[in-house]
Amino acid sequence: MLELRNLSFGVEAGPGKKEILKDISLTVGEDKFVVITGPNGGGKSTLAKMIMGIEKPTSGQILLDGEDITEKSITDRANLGISFAFQQPVRFKGVKVLDLIRLAAKKDLSAADACKYLAEVGLCAKDYINREINGSLSGGELKRIEIASVLARGTKLSVFDEPEAGIDLWSFNNLIEVFENMRENTHGSIVIISHQERILNIADEIVVISEGSILKHGPKDEILPEILGTASAMTGCPAFRREA
Amino acid sequence: MDPILRDLLEKVAGLHEIPQGAYNIRANGLSMGRGTTENIDIVPREDGTGIDVHIKPGTKRESVHIPVILSMSGINEAVCNDFYIGDDSDVTIVAGCGIHNGGAKESRHDGIHRFFIGKNAKLKYVEKHYGQGEGTGENIMNPRTEITIEEGGHMEMESAQIKGIDSTERVTIAHLKEGAKLVVQERLMTHGTQFADSRFDVSMDGDGASAKISSRSVARDNSKQVFYSNLIGNAACSGHTECDAIIMDQAKISSLPEITANHPDAALIHEAAIGKIAGEQIIKLMTLGLTEQEAEEQIVNGFLK
Repeated sequence: MLELRNLSFGVEAGPGKKEILKDISLTVGEDKFVVITGPNGGGKSTLAKMIMGIEKPTSGQILLDGEDITEKSITDRANLGISFAFQQPVRFKGVKVLDLIRLAAKKDLSAADACKYLAEVGLCAKDYINREINGSLSGGELKRIEIASVLARGTKLSVFDEPEAGIDLWSFNNLIEVFENMRENTHGSIVIISHQERILNIADEIVVISEGSILKHGPKDEILPEILGTASAMTGCPAFRREA
Repeated sequence: MDPILRDLLEKVAGLHEIPQGAYNIRANGLSMGRGTTENIDIVPREDGTGIDVHIKPGTKRESVHIPVILSMSGINEAVCNDFYIGDDSDVTIVAGCGIHNGGAKESRHDGIHRFFIGKNAKLKYVEKHYGQGEGTGENIMNPRTEITIEEGGHMEMESAQIKGIDSTERVTIAHLKEGAKLVVQERLMTHGTQFADSRFDVSMDGDGASAKISSRSVARDNSKQVFYSNLIGNAACSGHTECDAIIMDQAKISSLPEITANHPDAALIHEAAIGKIAGEQIIKLMTLGLTEQEAEEQIVNGFLK
């Protein structure tokens, strides 16, 4: 399904070059639910953006169903079946929630059909469908609309960049249900960047990324106990590691 | 009606046929039809320079359509229309001007609309300007709107100029008495080498008066826009002016909001912003499968809607 081969990404930083991702190789199988976790600043979001084509790798290859998509644009990748939910959703003056859901679904959905996607992310649809996606919506609301826009696309690969960030505790429970439902009902692979134990808990596989490299990758039952244990938490954090 | 006129009529007034209610259609400098109702009278000036519209006090839920269409190249006209909106009435007036210039000569329509809005009357005024035509002649429109709102009156004005006008100078002047309210929404798009200048001068003269002027515009290609608005508070009033513009290509935009308080209880706010379409907006729409160009169109259309 999705294959990342020796992906590296660096940026110019002062006199030298800063490596954000170093030689990442990872395969996400069909209908797999993969959670990528690890300390902040480790390169997780960059990796997610690279899958969508928002960032281009310095070297390495990205394959979707065996096809090399490394040089393909965001639009091409979207049309090949990749979706992306932004960590910080974008605001649009004048574009309504219904417009966005329709654009995502690529068809002239009825308001009632569009409402289903909003209901799935726990928004009372009739209150939101005609709202503009602007500053009048709270961070949590924007986030849920963002997730609804990905659900409406129903693609074979969906990437979510920290869906829990900026969502309050009440909505969070609801959000977990959204992903649990997706896990059961959608045919397609899901990649989620997350720090939340409850999201990690519904994964098939967990990938731990730290300082630009894959630290661990394996089935949830194997990785989760390791990262929840004190010893492994310490290996995840360079500061603790140095003290140890 | 010939197809070009019919098309223009639909673009500026949303009309397919002769409208219900009161109307006056002016085509190529001449009246093409007029209708009045029991409560709304339309009186043409003898010299042909315009009409006076009288709406009786207490008239509710009636509308007046007064589109102007020019389909012959080289017409140059100036029209002055006066509207007397009776006390306690609640009406909608739809005006608009469409030019189809298929020739090489300049087509020009200058209009002065004067509104006298009675006590506690409510008016919704919609104005659309639109130009088309394969000719090389310029389409020019210079609308001037003068508004007087009596105690407790309310006017909502929507104006849109989205396509095809090469040069426009728009002036809107308003005087608001006690408790009067004015809400203006302007939508403007310029392209090619077009030039648009829009000015608002609003005086709030009575306690409790309020005004909200909001303009959204998009300037593309090599077009130029100037937006100027001055809110003057002469009493205990509240006013808000905002101008939000998207700049594209090689266009130029100036925005000059001004607020003047001549009374200690005048509360006035101005906001103005000019900027490109945010890159992240385009990226978001591209992740939904739109091309960069489609994303841009979608953002502009939404912004001007």
